[in-house]
Amino acid sequence: MSMINYASREINCKIVYYGPGLGGKTTNLEHVYGKVSPDTRGKLISLATETERTLFFDFLPVDLGTIRGFKTRFHLYTVPGQVYYNASRKLILKGVDGIVFVADSQIERMEANQEAMQNLYDNMSEYGYDLTRMPFVIQYNKRDLPNAAPIRDLQAALNPGWEVGDPSRMRNAPDPYHQGEQLVEQLTSGEWVERAPYFDAVAVNGDGVFDTLKAVSKLVLKSLA
Amino acid sequence: MPVGAASWSFTEDDFGAITKSLERFLFDSNARCALLVDRAGQLVATVGEKPKFDPTAFATLTAADFSANDQLAKLIGENDFNSLFHQGEKESMYLADIARRVILVVLFDNRTTLGLVRLKMKQTVDELSKLFEAVFKRAAGAGAPPNILAGADDEIDKLFQ
Repeated sequence: MSMINYASREINCKIVYYGPGLGGKTTNLEHVYGKVSPDTRGKLISLATETERTLFFDFLPVDLGTIRGFKTRFHLYTVPGQVYYNASRKLILKGVDGIVFVADSQIERMEANQEAMQNLYDNMSEYGYDLTRMPFVIQYNKRDLPNAAPIRDLQAALNPGWEVGDPSRMRNAPDPYHQGEQLVEQLTSGEWVERAPYFDAVAVNGDGVFDTLKAVSKLVLKSLA
Repeated sequence: MPVGAASWSFTEDDFGAITKSLERFLFDSNARCALLVDRAGQLVATVGEKPKFDPTAFATLTAADFSANDQLAKLIGENDFNSLFHQGEKESMYLADIARRVILVVLFDNRTTLGLVRLKMKQTVDELSKLFEAVFKRAAGAGAPPNILAGADDEIDKLFQ
């Protein structure tokens, strides 16, 4: 639920980092916190357990610049990774404007990724939000690990594409982030599908963290334009 | 099915009316400060003594607090708790729902009493509920302020270069 405040000339948007436990959602926020100038960000709030697992959420507000005289403020949230915190996970999705799904690339975490993705779809639809029509990007994290699954396998499992129903959208849309790939394309079966933009990342080093954040923020602002 | 969460905006006139109503409430109740926070955790307005804490973080935690309590209410068979009270040794806070979209948070100390704050808050909640219902109705229909981002695609692209 983006909010435009004409009195303070601010546009406020909410972005949620979703994904399986220990996938790197909090690490993404920590990296943004460390890199962004203190004048343009607020405090990083963490409601975590003693073992540093996110209990309720992590929160970081950042300003990403000015458009038409309005400051763009993004509120970044992470959800708890573990499924038994689903009640609090769902609460964080309330009023969300854009989603980043942080997948753990390790082969052993494939099932956990799929479970979290299904859970995201379920929780969103309970609020009446349609994930396929919202600003949504996927980040494949931990690309540096030797047991990381190939991108192609991760894409097939987590981002196989959803059917495009609107005839006006049935045309190839090149992926601006990966040369030679399409975000909207026609399968050999004749069906048109659309996929979410994806990014490779090693969040502990910061690789791909800002690419992901910029992509989702841009989609959110464009959805308001 | 709607695409996602609805967007809403409020004008300087709305802001003026909100501030006026809250200033009167603070004067009548002798409370220190009032904050308005939307259910998604964004700070809408602050009136009264300037808070010494980080208001953005405060707003987020308030929305989370309210949402968590909503769920607790459902578990015990209530629809929601439309107000919450947190008591401290010196500082206390009282939270009330406005039109199911915004939360009013009042901070007060021992210069006033919970009873007086509650009593005076009722009228303010009614006033603000009417005001916000009009704001949200406008956001859903005609009469909304012109979309300031319309046609700003180039500027958005430039921001992220």
